Amino acid sequence: MFNTLEMQVLDILTDDARIAPDQIAVMTGHGVDAVREAIARLERERILVKYAAMINWDRTGRDMVQAVIEVRVQPQRDHGFDAIAARIYQFEEVTSLYLMSGAYDLMVMMQAPTLKELAGFVSSKLSTLEGVTGTATHFMLKAYKQGGVIFAGDAKDHRLAVSP
Amino acid sequence: MMDYGPLLNPRAAAVPPSGIRKFFDLVSEMPEAISLGVGEPDFVTPWGIRTAAIDSLTDGLTQYTSNWGRVELRRLIAQYMGARFGVNYSPTDEILVTIGASEGIDLALRALVQPGAEVLIPEPAYVSYAPGVVFAGGTPVAIPTRAEDEFRLTPAALRAALSPHVKALILPYPNNPTGAMLRPQDAQALADVLRGTDVLVIADEIYAELTYGGYTHTCFASLPDMWQRTVTLNGFSKAFAMTGWRVGYACGPREILALMCKIHQYTIMCASTQGQIAAEAALRAGLEDGFADVRAMVASYDRRRRLMVTAFRGMGLDCFEPLGAFYVFPSIGRTGLTAQAFCEGLLRAEQVACVPGDAFGASGQGHIRCCYATALDKLQEALRRIRRYVEGLEGTR
Repeated sequence: MFNTLEMQVLDILTDDARIAPDQIAVMTGHGVDAVREAIARLERERILVKYAAMINWDRTGRDMVQAVIEVRVQPQRDHGFDAIAARIYQFEEVTSLYLMSGAYDLMVMMQAPTLKELAGFVSSKLSTLEGVTGTATHFMLKAYKQGGVIFAGDAKDHRLAVSP
Repeated sequence: MMDYGPLLNPRAAAVPPSGIRKFFDLVSEMPEAISLGVGEPDFVTPWGIRTAAIDSLTDGLTQYTSNWGRVELRRLIAQYMGARFGVNYSPTDEILVTIGASEGIDLALRALVQPGAEVLIPEPAYVSYAPGVVFAGGTPVAIPTRAEDEFRLTPAALRAALSPHVKALILPYPNNPTGAMLRPQDAQALADVLRGTDVLVIADEIYAELTYGGYTHTCFASLPDMWQRTVTLNGFSKAFAMTGWRVGYACGPREILALMCKIHQYTIMCASTQGQIAAEAALRAGLEDGFADVRAMVASYDRRRRLMVTAFRGMGLDCFEPLGAFYVFPSIGRTGLTAQAFCEGLLRAEQVACVPGDAFGASGQGHIRCCYATALDKLQEALRRIRRYVEGLEGTR
């Protein structure tokens, strides 16, 4: 089911989601119809979920508070962690949510316009959920790298413009 | 005022400056230009390799190494050449670590060329070969290759070029600037021509890891009877994105390598210690993980390569499919311009830099070298601009 064309499509789109099917076809040596079908299949199965831009918000003027919150929860019979996770990921403020191994259970990544709003979310919405037994909030100070992309420094090409 | 003319070495003075240099000066005036004129990877050296060099500095490894290069590096090179290309060299006296493959070219020529001897060079070719032959006291003899043959040296052309004066053949495949590579049967056919002659081979295999279309590189020395006559040159620049480190190596029969090492010992002493340690890290990791970094880079080049060939053909320009290195070498013959005029016009009109094919020898005339080791979005923008330029030329004819 998961053939190499699909893996190549994912590989190419991971790097640049703007690349059109006809170009992917050229790059992989497959027909454009085959590429379109592969993309459709990947989308249908929610493997290709979204074509989003990666933004370094630190370089914009936008004020935004981001935090990682360790959440300890009491797993529920029959549902394990999934039910409580579903309660958490529905919140718009939550940008990412992962089930973790180790000292805590769920890692919540969230953002809010102000510190006050973020603190309010944790204290009134998150901590009060049934099954949540504890939280520890860590504020993010600076993004260095995200999704494989280094934000720090410039993207300057240091090569000589012409070399033999 | 001193008159230097009669004081300078006429042999060195007679060699023309590289055709690339002139173009480099032009491009330097246009910092915003998109350059397809580079000759190196657009990747930075993988971090694991860089940390090995950093750690070596922390540990105070700042001394000379053996003239031959570090024992550990030579051991790894021997292992690599055996595992990747099926060719065996003793790390003791058949492998010499050099300052890039460039030094290897110079050493091999100085060790092998007798005064006045002819050295065959398939052209278009890397710019250093012919001057290197002249500096060594020999006479370079170009063998033009043709687009119809996908710029491969053919057995017929080689046979026709052989004469009692010919001492050596430079075999530069995969090729810069054309991207041509020798398939196993092509290399075999050349070996058949050389078998029974005394012609030595300097096989510049610096692009050996960068091959496409399901082909892997055939190391010329691995062919029957060729080991004894071949000096194999390779290095870390292209495959491991380590151009600035300047680490290469030469492999061959100990009698030849001893002479090369003698010249190296008196002129260079040894390649940089940090570069050698970084190279060890590259090989050690690669031999463990099947050269995962190299494979990933090759996969990325391959996609861009296909994009380039298709785009040039879409502009109506003939472009054979290069199966090696990271260059395409399309023909601009249709435009009626010389390569130089085409490239200058393109640079001024659209701020895209390519290298005129004749910078690599007369037989490169009518072609341009475009390097696709450049970010995909820049490559696509460059191709759009080249298309616009070519269409504009059509309109004015």
